[in-house]
Amino acid sequence: MPVSIAGSPPLFQIANVNIGLLVILAVTSIGVYGIALAGWSSNSKYSLLGALRSSAQLVSYELALGLSLVGVVLRAGSLNLRVIVEQQATQGMLTWNIFGGGQIFAFFIYLMAAYAETNRSPFDLPEAESELTGGYHTEYSSMKFAMFFMAEYANMITVGCVATLLFFGGWTSPFGDLIPPFENVFFDAGLSLFWFVLKVFAFLFLYVWVRGTLPRFRYDQLMNFGWRWLMPLAILNIVATSLWLAYR
Amino acid sequence: MHLILFIVFAGFCLAGAINLLLQSHPINSALSLIVVMVSLAVLYLLLGAEFLAAAQVIVYAGAIMVLFTFVIMLLNASREERTLGSRAALRVGFPAVVAILAIIATVILHTQGLGVARLSDGITSTEELSAVLFTKLLLPFEVTSVLILIAILGAVALAGHDERERTGGK
Repeated sequence: MPVSIAGSPPLFQIANVNIGLLVILAVTSIGVYGIALAGWSSNSKYSLLGALRSSAQLVSYELALGLSLVGVVLRAGSLNLRVIVEQQATQGMLTWNIFGGGQIFAFFIYLMAAYAETNRSPFDLPEAESELTGGYHTEYSSMKFAMFFMAEYANMITVGCVATLLFFGGWTSPFGDLIPPFENVFFDAGLSLFWFVLKVFAFLFLYVWVRGTLPRFRYDQLMNFGWRWLMPLAILNIVATSLWLAYR
Repeated sequence: MHLILFIVFAGFCLAGAINLLLQSHPINSALSLIVVMVSLAVLYLLLGAEFLAAAQVIVYAGAIMVLFTFVIMLLNASREERTLGSRAALRVGFPAVVAILAIIATVILHTQGLGVARLSDGITSTEELSAVLFTKLLLPFEVTSVLILIAILGAVALAGHDERERTGGK
């Protein structure tokens, strides 16, 4: 775990990958198989329906999710997560991609698509208790069931981390240079960690809040929303961001 | 290190491909195809094509194979019967495959001016790749995208045609 000390804030990063964002997308796109195969292999109609819903939903919303991140990549000119964070952290909160970067639409598209990708309410159709008893994990119990849910919660944390890195300035402070950095490596590292964890926890809080507030979609509404609203809006956001970057 | 990784993942790739042919249940074949795709991605990464590797996983392993398994699950495809194959396949098929592979191999080996990629090559960055794609190779790139667009329109037209017939030709 290389912790850089000179210059930039110390940082807990295992590897600084050039295509960091694409690696995250690649790994999350493989995650469908767990749900799809688990539902199919339990040989029960509820599970199969849950698995089919899940794979259709994940494939549909992955488009909107990927397209919503293009604006951020255009602004940073790189797929490297570290470059993306440093590019938006120059003036604290004012230059975060969501505020100063003008990516607020992209952020909301990302958030909705990510909720659908993680099978969380209001998009939890694959495990809709009222229709499918439990969806793809109907036939699983004890530790096998727990592993599905641990995967889901790990997914939620990943979504929170990606949103923090891409739209909310990552590990940097929202106050920019108003609070001067401590001249101590450990305090600076602790502060970076504090901001990062705080932002991620805010997203986890939002997950539970949304789950307690919004009712579940119907399946045709879900598909219409994904294809007719989120994807065109994401494409419009790309066009608008490119025009802005070209003519500013 | 590169060579060891290459041997391991080339082995995975070949084993997946052979397993794909030998399995009698379609879903097992589809899963072996995913193994082939992912090991190919690792091979691309070893050759320094990091964007290609990520795109391979996202597009092939993450999207296309999901649709494959989706269709297999939806149609509830059952186990295939194992036969010894027709006599025509043995007498014509295998020699034909050998001949075609030999022709392709000789053409590739004798073509001049192909770049050589080594396992120890540096990583080609996404920026360099896109610069080439949008300047030197712009025409092939655009032609390919138009081709894909036509395929999409064709698929929509075919699906729409079916729908109209079912609802009574409205």
